[in-house]
Amino acid sequence: MDGELNSGIGGVSRREFIQFCTGVAATLGLSPALGVRIAEAATAPGRPPVVWLSAQECTGCTESLLRSTHPTLEHLILEAISLDYNETLQAAAGHQAEAARHASMKANHGSYVLVVDGSIPTKDGGIYCKVANRTMQEHVVEAAAGAAAIIAIGSCASWGGIPSSGPNPTGAVGVQKILTDKTVLNIPGCPPNPYNFLATVLHFITFGKLPELDHKNRPKFAYSRLIHENCERRPHFDAGRFALEFGDEGHRQGWCLYKIGCKGPETYANCPTILFGDVGPGAWPVGTGHPCFGCTEEGVGFTKPIHALAELKTVSPPTAFARIAEDKGQGITPGAAALAAGLGGAAIGAGAVFASRLGKAEQAESGEHADSGNPE
Amino acid sequence: MSAHAHAPVGGRLVTAPFLVLAFLAAIALALLAGRFVYGLGAVTNLNDGYPWGIWVIIDIVIGTAFGCAGYAVSLIVYILNRGEYHPIVRSAVMASLFGYTLAGIAVMFDLGRYWNFYNLFLPWYAQPNSVMWEIALCVAGYITVLWIEFAPTFLERFGLHNAREKLSRVLFIIIALGVLLPTMHQSSLGTAIVILGHKVSPLWQTQFLPLLYLSSAILMGLALVPFESVLSALGLRRQLETGLMGRLNRVILAVGAIFLAVRLGDLLFRGALGHALAGDLQANMFLLESALFIGGLALLARQQARRSARAQFVAAVTLLMAGILFRINSYLVGYEPVNGTWHYFPSVPEMLVTVGIFSIEILLYLVFVKKLPVLAKHA
Repeated sequence: MDGELNSGIGGVSRREFIQFCTGVAATLGLSPALGVRIAEAATAPGRPPVVWLSAQECTGCTESLLRSTHPTLEHLILEAISLDYNETLQAAAGHQAEAARHASMKANHGSYVLVVDGSIPTKDGGIYCKVANRTMQEHVVEAAAGAAAIIAIGSCASWGGIPSSGPNPTGAVGVQKILTDKTVLNIPGCPPNPYNFLATVLHFITFGKLPELDHKNRPKFAYSRLIHENCERRPHFDAGRFALEFGDEGHRQGWCLYKIGCKGPETYANCPTILFGDVGPGAWPVGTGHPCFGCTEEGVGFTKPIHALAELKTVSPPTAFARIAEDKGQGITPGAAALAAGLGGAAIGAGAVFASRLGKAEQAESGEHADSGNPE
Repeated sequence: MSAHAHAPVGGRLVTAPFLVLAFLAAIALALLAGRFVYGLGAVTNLNDGYPWGIWVIIDIVIGTAFGCAGYAVSLIVYILNRGEYHPIVRSAVMASLFGYTLAGIAVMFDLGRYWNFYNLFLPWYAQPNSVMWEIALCVAGYITVLWIEFAPTFLERFGLHNAREKLSRVLFIIIALGVLLPTMHQSSLGTAIVILGHKVSPLWQTQFLPLLYLSSAILMGLALVPFESVLSALGLRRQLETGLMGRLNRVILAVGAIFLAVRLGDLLFRGALGHALAGDLQANMFLLESALFIGGLALLARQQARRSARAQFVAAVTLLMAGILFRINSYLVGYEPVNGTWHYFPSVPEMLVTVGIFSIEILLYLVFVKKLPVLAKHA
């Protein structure tokens, strides 16, 4: 497959590309051997068509995808998938763009992937977000009818996100609330980690199905663990070392941010393990010193105040911790000295008494036999 | 198996010493209750600089060295085949039994998270490169071995002659283990200091510590025999065993001479002897410790003195004190935590617990010799 692969991957070297695919397999929690299959699937001639609808969104999800480096977004949309409609990235505009979308949806009916970012307004007939004079609600329902898979990217599309936080003037909801009879795969996050999206898409391309989902339809490989469980500051939590305000001694020492409102203990995401921006350790909110605000979690992000304490799902911190300031110990106290001297004196005194009694006992025995041993 | 008959001493159990010892033990138990409710910090003066205090150094390191009586006498009787010492094996093994069992229990007092203790025995958590792991398993194994080695006493007392016979046939394995295990962990107690590195003064820090700990443990174990013999003779109004002890003292002298040669030779060879004249606490404690070793052995050097019960007793006490000081010095006095100024001196409750543990040891000794056939029957 070498020649095919090289032509398929453009400017990236074969080695780099296989490494990336193995990385995707690892992100998905699959055997590295499956990286080759992912590589084959990603370079196969028949690229799956993707229709990307943007509702009430800020383009943050697309922006974060632009910053992915393995693969780059251009590789994804030019080589791995056929991105037939995306308002940010498409060259076409106006009626031309609408026509292209409808043509693709018709030609690929039943086999294209529908991606939605942004929440869907429902109030007042959903008039608060319209494209081509039709509401988002109508667009989504229409596009979902022929989709092989539906992916809601970002917290807005997953459960409403920031537009749905109180007072929710547009009646914004997530895609699942509109498409109640279909399975919508949710990749929440604000923005979500691009690799969670890419890994999901490549999983779909490789195996022809979506990865395993949890009860909120989030892929388990990314959302099965609490941030708290994989956080590099967790030992500080367990030891009771907390930052109490921004810039204080504990904050500068890199201690746990729970007491300044970190929502890591109630937020499910893989941020601490795959990080952001491909720049190495520490590149995620808690790593930079800011509490997690729970962007992936419905009812936490954009709902709870940032300073509010997280509701702990597992271990609560004990009410009393070991002291942080080390006790250097105290020297000898009068009581201890007296006792030690008393014990020493008693031992020496007892020894002397025994030694003197021994002299008498010996004299008494010397007349008889001094030896009571029993040699064989 | 044994040509020597043993018999219970008999007599009243509840005596004045018994009550005093029980009172001291009760104080210790009350303080330990406080330790288990409020934690180590509430009872002891331990800190991060001195994580090991007298509960480890005295109760365990010194307690097990006292407990080497059974080991040392078994070594002489069974390995060096000197049967004349056989009458004292049983009481020596009993001294070991108490020393080790109480040391094993005392570990639990000192462990901050004692409820995790059982993990030590799970093979999948074993770390065979750890000195602490080796000591812990060896001590635990040796406690078991000692109870089996001592079991004939119970079996004889309760007339289970059949079981006694069966046990006799396999007892040699247990006795062999009983000689092997202390050899391993007593030297490891020295290794535990070696790994403390430069935190320990050059007066004590040496690669020879495993050998020094092993030989001084044998020395203390042997010295405990005449000490205990004299005390039980006076306390329980029995005949003195001066003749047998006189010969044992020749062995003590030989072991002590080896220890002292290695100890002083090593100090000379490393050029560390100059520290002894520094005039500080460490130097003075070293001088005191060395004076006790040399004094105790010098007392036994004269044949005349070896025949005198009083000289034997004084020498035994001196050597025991020397061994105790060597252990306290190498673990506590000669030890300085690296970062910052740390202090440690045992608190009053800490000392009372140690006193209580040794009281329990003597209490059990009194109960056992009075009720069980431990001491040799006299003609």
